[in-house]
Amino acid sequence: MTFLLGQSMTGGYGGADILHDCTIGVERGEIAVVVGPNGAGKSTAMKAIFGMLSLREGTVTMDGEDITALAPQERVRKGMGFVPQTGNVFPSMSVEENLEMGAFIRDDDIRETMEQVYTLFPILREKRRQAAGELSGGQRQQVAVGRALMTRPGVLMLDEPTAGVSPIVMDELFDRIIEIARTGIAILMVEQNAKQALNIADKGYVLVQGRNRYTDTGATLLADPEVRRAFLGG
Amino acid sequence: MMDILNTLALLGNYLIVPGITYGCQLALGALGITLIYGILRFSNFAHGETMAFGTMTVILLTWAMQSVGISLGPLPTALLALPFGIAATVLLLLITDRYVYKFYRQQRSTPVIYLIASIGVMFLYNGLIRFVIGPDDRQFNDGTRFIMKAREFKEMTGLREGLAIKSSQGITLIVTILLVIALFWFLNRTRAGKSMRAYSDNEDLALLSGIDPDRVVMIAWILTAALATIAGTLYGLDKSFKPFTYLQILLPIFAAAIVGGLGSPVGAIAGGFVIAFSEVAVTFAYRKVFGYMGYEVDGLMQLLSTDYKFAVSFAILVIVLLVKPTGLFSGKSY
Repeated sequence: MTFLLGQSMTGGYGGADILHDCTIGVERGEIAVVVGPNGAGKSTAMKAIFGMLSLREGTVTMDGEDITALAPQERVRKGMGFVPQTGNVFPSMSVEENLEMGAFIRDDDIRETMEQVYTLFPILREKRRQAAGELSGGQRQQVAVGRALMTRPGVLMLDEPTAGVSPIVMDELFDRIIEIARTGIAILMVEQNAKQALNIADKGYVLVQGRNRYTDTGATLLADPEVRRAFLGG
Repeated sequence: MMDILNTLALLGNYLIVPGITYGCQLALGALGITLIYGILRFSNFAHGETMAFGTMTVILLTWAMQSVGISLGPLPTALLALPFGIAATVLLLLITDRYVYKFYRQQRSTPVIYLIASIGVMFLYNGLIRFVIGPDDRQFNDGTRFIMKAREFKEMTGLREGLAIKSSQGITLIVTILLVIALFWFLNRTRAGKSMRAYSDNEDLALLSGIDPDRVVMIAWILTAALATIAGTLYGLDKSFKPFTYLQILLPIFAAAIVGGLGSPVGAIAGGFVIAFSEVAVTFAYRKVFGYMGYEVDGLMQLLSTDYKFAVSFAILVIVLLVKPTGLFSGKSY
């Protein structure tokens, strides 16, 4: 039984369907990466799993529970963490306040979780009094991921976390994501940098026009000459 | 030497003390505008009338208290009536939100629709106030009139110029300082305050983080009601209460909020003082100042007649919008 599973998802933003019988799942402690050409419905698939668009067909289950009908906020309470591609921090608030707001739904002591986030991203501890909007792109992504981790989610979903950051920062960010996965959190990630992302992926999904084209382990997809030629630039 | 001291006393009496008082009143008003802009994302044209409504309830309660002999001694009875006036205004704003603005939130209306709705609300409050208390000038300031009288100052210092400080001016400054400290403590230190800033910063992410938008909106209205009632009452104590002046004061208040940067509380305060001091300084007659400096001049040496004081806010507003549209503290307006 897959921990988080979007099963045979069909739907769109009203109007024509974008996803067609698309299935995406991830286990605890695993990294699943969704790749594909522009307009393949990668982000849409992620949003569907998070409940930001309603499905015509298909189900979303988490830990065996059917959550298809829940609103995004309710899914956060069930243990989903979501990092949107843009607008993922509170720019005028300090780094620490961003983390506090991430933990808004928690009533217990959040200091330990905050400590874990600071251990994971040491630079954030240094900048914790600084406004998130004043940080560099890479640091801001760290704040965004840290904010989502503050609810102690069972699954962390990242929509193109490396968009607009330099290759060095990207590698660094991927390292951190691997570390997060090692703590037992399931990670589902949409990525433009397909090669690098599949490198760290336990499971890879190649979507084309809202359909599953290839689904396999990251390593196998990387080794598949057909996938390489069509989607990874040779 | 005496001339310099006389000049300072003169400027203090006619420029600095009134400027600080007026600045405080504008700052409190602008804070209300900026809060609503930050949370509900529209320019609330009904704010001046909200101030008038709050002041009106304070006046009615003050009269009731005076008639049964309750007073605060040297302090104005209005201070005692203030909490009840705030409560009445909170009620009014929450009812308005429930029956007017909530509808537009559900429709996901654009800010301009809210703005037009707020103009409607303004006319409604306007009528309500005139219906209850009438359009006339009302005095409700009691207690000691002066902290320092001009004559006492002259006797004390031996200067030719007097420096008078009215109690209402002292009260305005103290109340404003306390209120601003409390407001910033709330916004920066409490969970509810931080959630309001988060909501103002990034609405979508705030929703994802589990912040309840209805609660944030409710707190915003409660704070606005308190700020408006206090600002209006202080203004009324200092000048007098006439409903029409609260409509006129809307312009300098908006100018203050925009000059400081809409959505920025620090900006609202700074903007309030910028507008207040500009208005007072531009309409002040400098003849005596020139006299003390050794230049005998004919004429008043006044840059602008007091009749045109609203032109000052307008001019500053236009300049800021041309040069730095986001205001001094880079608010949300663009």
